[in-house]
Amino acid sequence: MSDSIRKNSFRFFSLTTDHWPLTTFPGLYVHIPFCLSKCAYCDFFSVTDLAWIADWLAALEKEASLYQDRFGSFDTLYLGGGTPSLLDAAQISALIAGLRRHFSFAADTEVTLEANPDDLTPEKLQLYQDLGVNRLSVGVQSFHDRELVFLGRRHTARQTLQALEAARAAGFVNLSLDLIYGLPGQSLEDYRKTLEQALAFQPEHLSCYQLTYEAGTPLSRRKARGEVAAATEEAEREFFLFTSRFLEERSYLHYEISNFARLGEPDNKSNSQVINNTKSLYRKPETANRKPYFYSRHNRKYWSHIPYLGLGPGAHSFQDGERWWNVRDVKTYCRALAQGWLPVADQEVLAPEQLRLEALYLGVRTSEGAPLELLRQYPGWEKTLTKLQKSGLMEVKRERAVPTLEGFLLADRLALWLTAGEAAEEARAHASRP
Amino acid sequence: MSAIRNFSIIAHIDHGKSTLADRLIQWTGMVGERQFRDQLLDTMDIERERGITIKSNTITLPYNADDGVEYELNLIDTPGHVDFSYEVSRALASCEGVLLLVDASQGVEAQTVANLYLAMEHDLTIIPVINKIDLPQADVEGTKAQIEQELGLDPDQAILCSAKEGLGVDEVLEAIVRHIPPPKGSLEQPLSALIFDAHYDTFRGAIISCRVFDGEVKPGDQIRFMSNNAPYKVEEVGIFRLQREPRKKLTAGMVGYIIAGIKTVSDTRIGDTITLEERPAAQPLPGFKEVKPVVFASIYPVSADDYLALADALEKYKLNDAALIYQKDSSAALGQGFRCGFLGLLHLEIVTERLEREFGQSIITTVPGVQYRFTLADGQIITVDNPMHYPDPTRIKGSEEPYIRASILIPERYLGAVLKMCLERRGVNSRINYPTPGRVEVTFEIPLAEVIIDFYDRLKTITQGYGSFDYELLDYRPSDLVKLDILVNGEKLDALSMIVFRTRARDWGVRVCERLKDEIPRQQFKIAIQGAIGGQVISRSTINAFRKDVTAKCYGGDITRKRKLLEKQKAGKKKMKMVGAVEIPQSAFVAVLKTENE
Repeated sequence: MSDSIRKNSFRFFSLTTDHWPLTTFPGLYVHIPFCLSKCAYCDFFSVTDLAWIADWLAALEKEASLYQDRFGSFDTLYLGGGTPSLLDAAQISALIAGLRRHFSFAADTEVTLEANPDDLTPEKLQLYQDLGVNRLSVGVQSFHDRELVFLGRRHTARQTLQALEAARAAGFVNLSLDLIYGLPGQSLEDYRKTLEQALAFQPEHLSCYQLTYEAGTPLSRRKARGEVAAATEEAEREFFLFTSRFLEERSYLHYEISNFARLGEPDNKSNSQVINNTKSLYRKPETANRKPYFYSRHNRKYWSHIPYLGLGPGAHSFQDGERWWNVRDVKTYCRALAQGWLPVADQEVLAPEQLRLEALYLGVRTSEGAPLELLRQYPGWEKTLTKLQKSGLMEVKRERAVPTLEGFLLADRLALWLTAGEAAEEARAHASRP
Repeated sequence: MSAIRNFSIIAHIDHGKSTLADRLIQWTGMVGERQFRDQLLDTMDIERERGITIKSNTITLPYNADDGVEYELNLIDTPGHVDFSYEVSRALASCEGVLLLVDASQGVEAQTVANLYLAMEHDLTIIPVINKIDLPQADVEGTKAQIEQELGLDPDQAILCSAKEGLGVDEVLEAIVRHIPPPKGSLEQPLSALIFDAHYDTFRGAIISCRVFDGEVKPGDQIRFMSNNAPYKVEEVGIFRLQREPRKKLTAGMVGYIIAGIKTVSDTRIGDTITLEERPAAQPLPGFKEVKPVVFASIYPVSADDYLALADALEKYKLNDAALIYQKDSSAALGQGFRCGFLGLLHLEIVTERLEREFGQSIITTVPGVQYRFTLADGQIITVDNPMHYPDPTRIKGSEEPYIRASILIPERYLGAVLKMCLERRGVNSRINYPTPGRVEVTFEIPLAEVIIDFYDRLKTITQGYGSFDYELLDYRPSDLVKLDILVNGEKLDALSMIVFRTRARDWGVRVCERLKDEIPRQQFKIAIQGAIGGQVISRSTINAFRKDVTAKCYGGDITRKRKLLEKQKAGKKKMKMVGAVEIPQSAFVAVLKTENE
C-alpha cells in the first residue's frame, strides 16, 4: 500500500486509537456454500449436495469476470461459508487462481479462510500457506465434546487441539477462533475451560458468539417444541460480561460486540516469511513503538461502509451507497451465470439518512463508537446521550459517542434511542397538552 | 294504489337477503346482466365485505305480473343487525308485507324469530321463502318443520328458492303481488308520510326516504316535521330506481324520496311524520322514538397532530349517520379526542372502521362502556357514560346499570356452555324453550355492559358458530359499581379506566394487567402495571427491565436486515404514547379489548 493512500485513509476516518488504521481498499468475500452436514444453530446459506461444486466453481469464475473492473485493488479476501475447508486441493487452488485472474490485490492483503478443525490436515495447511492464506478462522465453538454434539458439529475437542497445533506448526501467525457460549445448561465454569483452552494457543483473534436461536434452524424448532431451554437473559449477561473481562485481562481488545483482537507481538521473522511466501501479510506495526491489534480487517469494512464485493450464492456487496445481494440458491446462481447474467436477487440504494442510520448503529456496536457529528442529525440527541452517559451506557471520547461494556449489552437499543429521541420527547409533549 | 306493493325482506345474517334483492332487481329488468354487481343494494365496501346491510336502500321495481297488470314493487331494504332494530321497525312500518327468508342449510335462527315478531307487530303479511335450496347440505323438509313449529307459519306457503342460482325468483315475485295487500290510504286526507331513512348527498343535503300514508306531497310544498315542528320547503320528490328518479308528486301508498334543503341527516329523525304546513295531519304516525346511543367509547387520533383531521372526519361522517353522537374528550395519556355514543357494538365497529378506511384516520378506540346512573348524597341523579366523569365515590348513594333481555338460539348440545357463560356474566331469570327437538332458545336478563365486550365472539366460540343472538333493552337496575383504574408505574392510564361491577373488577383488572404486560415492550427500567379501585390495588403485573438487547452477529448479510428493523422500530416509536416515562404502543389499547382466545 502506498503512503499516500494510507494518509488518505487517515484523513477520511477519525480514529479512536492509533492502533486502528482503517484501510479504504475494498474487500472481497467469497461464499463457499457447501457443508458436509448442517449444524443445528447455523442459518448461513449452505447445501450438503457436494455434486454442485464443479458448476459452482465455474459460475464463480464467471461472476468474478463480470465484476472485473467494477472494484479497484482489494486488500482483503475472505473465504467464508459454508465450509471452505471442505474444498479439495484442486478446487481451492482453482478458486484462488480464478480470483487472481480477474482481480488485483494489494501487497499486504489479508487472506482469511474459514476452516473446520477436522479438515485441517498438515497437507491442507501447507497448501493454504502456499496459496497465500495468511489468516485462518477456525470453527472451534467449544472444547467440550458434549457441547459439540449438541451444536451438531462433526469434530471433537481433540481434533481441534491437533488442528490448532498443526496450524501453528504450518506457520499461521494469525489465527482466529470462533466460540459459542450460552448453551442450554452450560455453566460459566464449562465455558471458562473452553476459553482457557483457546487461549493456550494465544490466538490473535477470537469471535465469541452468544448462541442465537435463528428462525428456521433445527435448534430453534427444538426450542419451540420445548426440547431445549434457552439461557436466561441474566445468564446471557453473565456470559457476555465474563467473556469481555476474561479476555481484556489477557490483553485482548473487545473491539466489537462479539470480536476480540490481541495486541500484536512484532514477529518480523514469521512476517517476512509470510511476505516471501505469499506477497501478503497481516498488518505490520506502523512504527516501532506502536503495536497493531489483530482485528479482522475484512469484517471492519462491513461496519464502516467500505466497499466490498461478495461472490457466491447469498453473498452481499456494497459500493457507492448501493447494496445488492445474490440469490440464495446454488442452482439458480449457476444457471444465471451460465447465461452470463449476474445472479443478483435484489438491491437497494441507500438514502443519506439510511447511510447515517447504518453508520450509527454499526458504530455503536464497536469500541470506536459513532462520531458526534453523526448524532447531530437527530433532534434531541444531546439529551438522550446525556441520559445514556448518566446511566453508564455510553461515554464521549474524542468527539465520539462510545458504548461502555454495559452499553454493548444494549447495543441494539442505543441506536434507536439516539435516533428516535425526538419522537419520544414529542409524544411526551403531546400527551401533556391540555 | 292497487298496483303498488310495499315489502321488505327479513332474514338472519348470511341467509341471502342481499342476493335475493339483487335477483329481484335483475328479474324485473332494472339492470342488465353486464352492469350487474353482486349485492347491488349494499353500496358500501364494508357492507359487501361483511355481507350485511348497514344503511338501508330502497328501490321501486316495475313488474308485469301474470295477471297482466304492471305493478310498482317497492322493496324497502332493512339493516340486518340488532343494533339497528329501531330502524328496522320503521322500515317495516312502511310495508304491508315481508318476505321472511330462511337459509335451508341453517334453518331458523334467533334473528329470524326476532324479525318475525317485528313483522307481526306491524300486522304484515308474511311470505316464508326457503333459500339456498341448491346447497348440498340444504334441508328443506327440516326447515319447513321449523317454520311451522318455531314460527307458527304455514309451511305449505313457503316458496323454495335459490337466489344465487335464480331458482324460484318468479314465484317470489308472483307471491308478492298475490299475497301482499295493496297499501291503504286516502288522497283526500292531509299529508302524513313516515321517514324511515335518510341519506346525505353532497349537493342536495339530506335525502329523506319515506312512505306516504295519506295525502300527497310535491315540489314547492311547505312541509313540517311533526316531532319538532321544523319547517322546510320541498325542492324535489321522486322514487328510487338505481338512481333517484324525480316525479311530479308522491301520493298515498307510494314509497320515495323528498329533498327539501335539509342540511344533514341529523336534522331528520327516523320514525318522524312529515305533514303539510298549511294543512297538517291531526296526529303523527305511531311508533316514533328518539334514538339513543347505548354504547359509549372514546376515539383518539394515534398522533396528536391529527386531532383536527379527526374532528373533520367525524363531522363529515355524521352527515350521513344521525345515530352517532360525539363530543370532545381529553385524556392525559391519549391527548384530545372524542367521546362517542353508538347504537351498539356493531355500530361502533362500523363507525371506527369507516373512519379508518374511508376517511383515512388512524385512531385508538377505548374500552366501550354503557351509560350508568348514580344517585348522589343530595338526591341528585346523574348519568355517566365516561369513566372520567365517575363521581366522588363518597357522594354516591346508589348506582344503577342498564339491563337487556338476551335471547340465544342454539343446538341443544351447547346449552351447558351457554348457561355457564350467562351465569358468569350475571345473567338472571333465564328461561329455556325447546321450539323444535334438538334446538334450544335461552332468554335471560343480563347487564348490557356484560355483552358489549367480546360476548358475541365468545358465544360464537363456545357454540362453534351455531349460536345466534338477539337482544332488547329492558331497564335500569341497582348495581354495585366501582371505577377501575389502570396505573403504569404509578401513573394513571386514564383511557383504560372503566366503570365495572364490583365483583367483576378483579377479573378485569387481572385481564388488563396481563394484556398490557404482553403489549408494552420491555424498557430500561422495571414497569409495574396495576389495577386499582380508589387507592386499593386489586391486580398487578410486572414487566422486567431489559438488561440485554444485542444481536451477536452483524456481517455483510445482516446489515440491511438490521437497518430495516431499526427503521421499523423508529416508526413504531413515533406511535408510542408516553405515560410518565413509559412508552405504550397503540396496540396495548386495542389488546385489552380482544377476546381471550385471539
